[in-house]
Amino acid sequence: MRTHVELRSGAYADSVTLLQVSRKVQDIDGILAAQVAMATELNIEVLTEMGFDVPADATANDMVVALRLDDPDALAAALAGVDQALRDVNRRDSGPTELAPPRTTAAALRRAPGGIALVSVPGENAFVEAMDAIEAGSDVMVFSDNVPVQQEVRLKEYAAERGLLVMGPDCGTAIVDGVGLGFANVVAPGPVGIVAASGTGCQQLLALLDHAGVGVAHALGVGGRDLSSDVRGLSTHAAMDRLDRDPAVELVVVISKPPAAEVAAGVREHAGDLDTAVELALLGPGQPDLTAAAERILARLGRPVPDWPSTGTAAAPSGGTLLRGFFVGGTLAAEAKIIATDLLGADAGHTFIDFGDDAYTTGRAHPMIDPTLRLEHLAQAATDPDTAVLLLDVVLGHGAEQDPVALLAPALARIDKPIVVAVVGTQADPQGLERTVEALADAGAEVHLSNAAATRRAVELVEAASR
Amino acid sequence: MTTTLPTVVNVGADLLADAVASQAVDVTRVAWQPPMPGTAADLATVAADPLRPAANQRALEATLAVTARLVDVVPAAEALGLQAGEFLHAGPPITWDRASGPLRGALMGGAALEGLVGTPEEAAALFESGSSVSLAPCHSRSAVGPMAGVITPSMWMFVLEDTDTGRRTYCSLNEGLGKVLRYGAYSPDVLNRLSWMSGVLGPLLQRAVRMVRDTTGPIDVTGILTQMLQMGDEAHNRNRAGTLMLMRDLAPAMVTSGMSSADIAEGFRFIGGNDHFFLNLAMPACKLALDAARGIEGSTMIVAMARNGTDFGVQVAGTGDEWFTGPAQLADGLFLGDYGPEDANPDIGDSAITETAGIGGFAMATAPAIVRFVGGSVPDALATTRRMHEITLGENPRWSVPVLEFQGTPTGIDVTKVCRTGILPQINTGMAGRIAGVGQVGAGLVTPPAEIFPKALARLAEVARAR
Repeated sequence: MRTHVELRSGAYADSVTLLQVSRKVQDIDGILAAQVAMATELNIEVLTEMGFDVPADATANDMVVALRLDDPDALAAALAGVDQALRDVNRRDSGPTELAPPRTTAAALRRAPGGIALVSVPGENAFVEAMDAIEAGSDVMVFSDNVPVQQEVRLKEYAAERGLLVMGPDCGTAIVDGVGLGFANVVAPGPVGIVAASGTGCQQLLALLDHAGVGVAHALGVGGRDLSSDVRGLSTHAAMDRLDRDPAVELVVVISKPPAAEVAAGVREHAGDLDTAVELALLGPGQPDLTAAAERILARLGRPVPDWPSTGTAAAPSGGTLLRGFFVGGTLAAEAKIIATDLLGADAGHTFIDFGDDAYTTGRAHPMIDPTLRLEHLAQAATDPDTAVLLLDVVLGHGAEQDPVALLAPALARIDKPIVVAVVGTQADPQGLERTVEALADAGAEVHLSNAAATRRAVELVEAASR
Repeated sequence: MTTTLPTVVNVGADLLADAVASQAVDVTRVAWQPPMPGTAADLATVAADPLRPAANQRALEATLAVTARLVDVVPAAEALGLQAGEFLHAGPPITWDRASGPLRGALMGGAALEGLVGTPEEAAALFESGSSVSLAPCHSRSAVGPMAGVITPSMWMFVLEDTDTGRRTYCSLNEGLGKVLRYGAYSPDVLNRLSWMSGVLGPLLQRAVRMVRDTTGPIDVTGILTQMLQMGDEAHNRNRAGTLMLMRDLAPAMVTSGMSSADIAEGFRFIGGNDHFFLNLAMPACKLALDAARGIEGSTMIVAMARNGTDFGVQVAGTGDEWFTGPAQLADGLFLGDYGPEDANPDIGDSAITETAGIGGFAMATAPAIVRFVGGSVPDALATTRRMHEITLGENPRWSVPVLEFQGTPTGIDVTKVCRTGILPQINTGMAGRIAGVGQVGAGLVTPPAEIFPKALARLAEVARAR
């Protein structure tokens, strides 16, 4: 066994791309472990933990290729594989133009004036790119997380001066004029305008409204911190005004965790000043869940509330006492935890893991893109005798994994414990809602469209198991 | 909101751009890379500076608004109040002990020209002692000088004026190519030529320039630059069209100047035989334009790039007269005769003021005739000009490049954009021999040392934080 570490100065690729490269390289014969990453502080830590020695002079502008081989002779082939993988992921038809691509958001907006900027560079660099957009008179969605809060405030204040909208930071989902940005479901145009401080919360609402036959004009994300006392709902206010001005919007819905009291008061007051009706859907303990919020929205629109669909039946419990919730959506995990804790009591040992949390995404892509980590945990929990029921979410839409059931369904089929899955998706989502639901049901899972309903069903099964 | 589909600019994960593109929406992809090492925090600070956007706009507009007119030709003693023993030189401040070969050679020749010493060789001791002589940058006296840029009291200067404000800038008369003082040569023929320029050429030009000024109005140097950029000159390493246009404008007045026909003929022969004669008007015209942006608080625009043969320095609008310096680089290009890279001195001269103002290397696309002279190709030239748009604040509507669909030249180098993209300003330059007395050895392309931009950025951030 030997290790090989090399630095490539001046080479750069984003973390998602390098993840794909690392995975491809791992598949090469003779390689035990491979990590191709930019030498950020964080990645160096990861590499060191993996047992690689990273040269001290490495900077975030260097690419590290770290390999562990069981056969020293495999090195040449492995390095050739790294080069090939890097070439493959970078291959893109640049079209008939000989113009080099723009290097900053400002330069790109000079070429495509009026475009919406979508920023997902590392958090410490996101502010500068987003400011470019505001300066150029463009709205911006900041997907990046780890943006310092004072930068968020400055960005939003500047946008307010210029009558522009900042969606984010840490905004995963938006739909603007029918175009989905980030993780977004495909919805028909309709009377609802959403302001969302929660990405997957917004997606659950989109899925439920879609099932009820109600379309959505826009879903404007504002970032999880927008309604904090630091940020004072700057984007929420801007987004509410934006939706109020759109004659297509009949009802403005604001989804958020309970905001700071004075910020909530401001939002309520602002809601009263709008010409358009506003529904505040505040999430958290003692608050209605997302499904109840969707039902309230339908009632205000005078639309019937449909039965929320479920497909398949979970296996009967076969021992164990614990509910294991493995989520890719943060708000979905939080919602499940609140509902289950309410029914089963706190501190009972049930787990609700959000794999999209920073603790699980350092050095890897979001679980909606890369399912590996959740699949590992799932396999482990399935063999744990204490596990009574497995509760999962699967989120469809643009930006998410192209075929989430490809790996998940076979994994579920191997498990004999009861499994309940919330599939958050719309009819027109590219992955195919029906196909996804059927594949999971065929694998033995019970599939719900409503995360709240899925959770209540899982709780029922836990209670049955412990009886 | 609009009814047409929005367009999107993506900066960061390609996967998110793919998700948008799959919705048949136009996506402009930014080829983002991490900024220069250690600059992320300063970039954010400067981006957040509330003064910056308006300050940069003001700096760019002020620069573009200047029209430089040739109002006079007078000796430096009169124009700048330069006293005996005072020497101006190119680039940031420097002392004799650190001065490079060509700068020493030019100072020695200048001392002999002024009669401070009997022969140039004797001057070395004079400058070593430091008594009765002093060195100062041309830029500190509203002047610019090509290559060594040495200006002594008896040298005649072009005087350029901005009609609106009365501000003036100055530059010596161009001596031609090859063995000349500005390349560090000081042989008797060099000094004889300088004496003739002071005794005959200067007075001849003075009479002609004043006559034109007082009859049809002063020659519009900015206007000639507009025309020459459409005639294959980039106004740094090619000034052929500009020189001929100047001669055209001055010829009638030279002929009727009252000087002897022999002197007039010699004047024509000299100017016509020196394709770079106009460079010494292009440079002060550029300085006059850029000086309009000096001292604008909060602006990150570079107002001067200059080299003294040892250090490369930049000055920035928002940081006063402070120079940010690093080691001058060796140019990459072609050599005259038997000279090679080992004979060349590091980069020298104030002539990078042309690039600072958006011409020279920045307008390389408009001068395909000389791309080989500086060791490039026509596609390189087009790519260079386009690349410079990535690091500049805007375009010059007067100075346009026909082959790029009359796009304006890239103007107003932004320190933050250089740090963000790592793209360094491209400078066309002549190469001086490293030994004093040798003269020109070649021409080529050069860039500033990268580290001066993070230095300037750090100061901008410091100033912004202190505000």
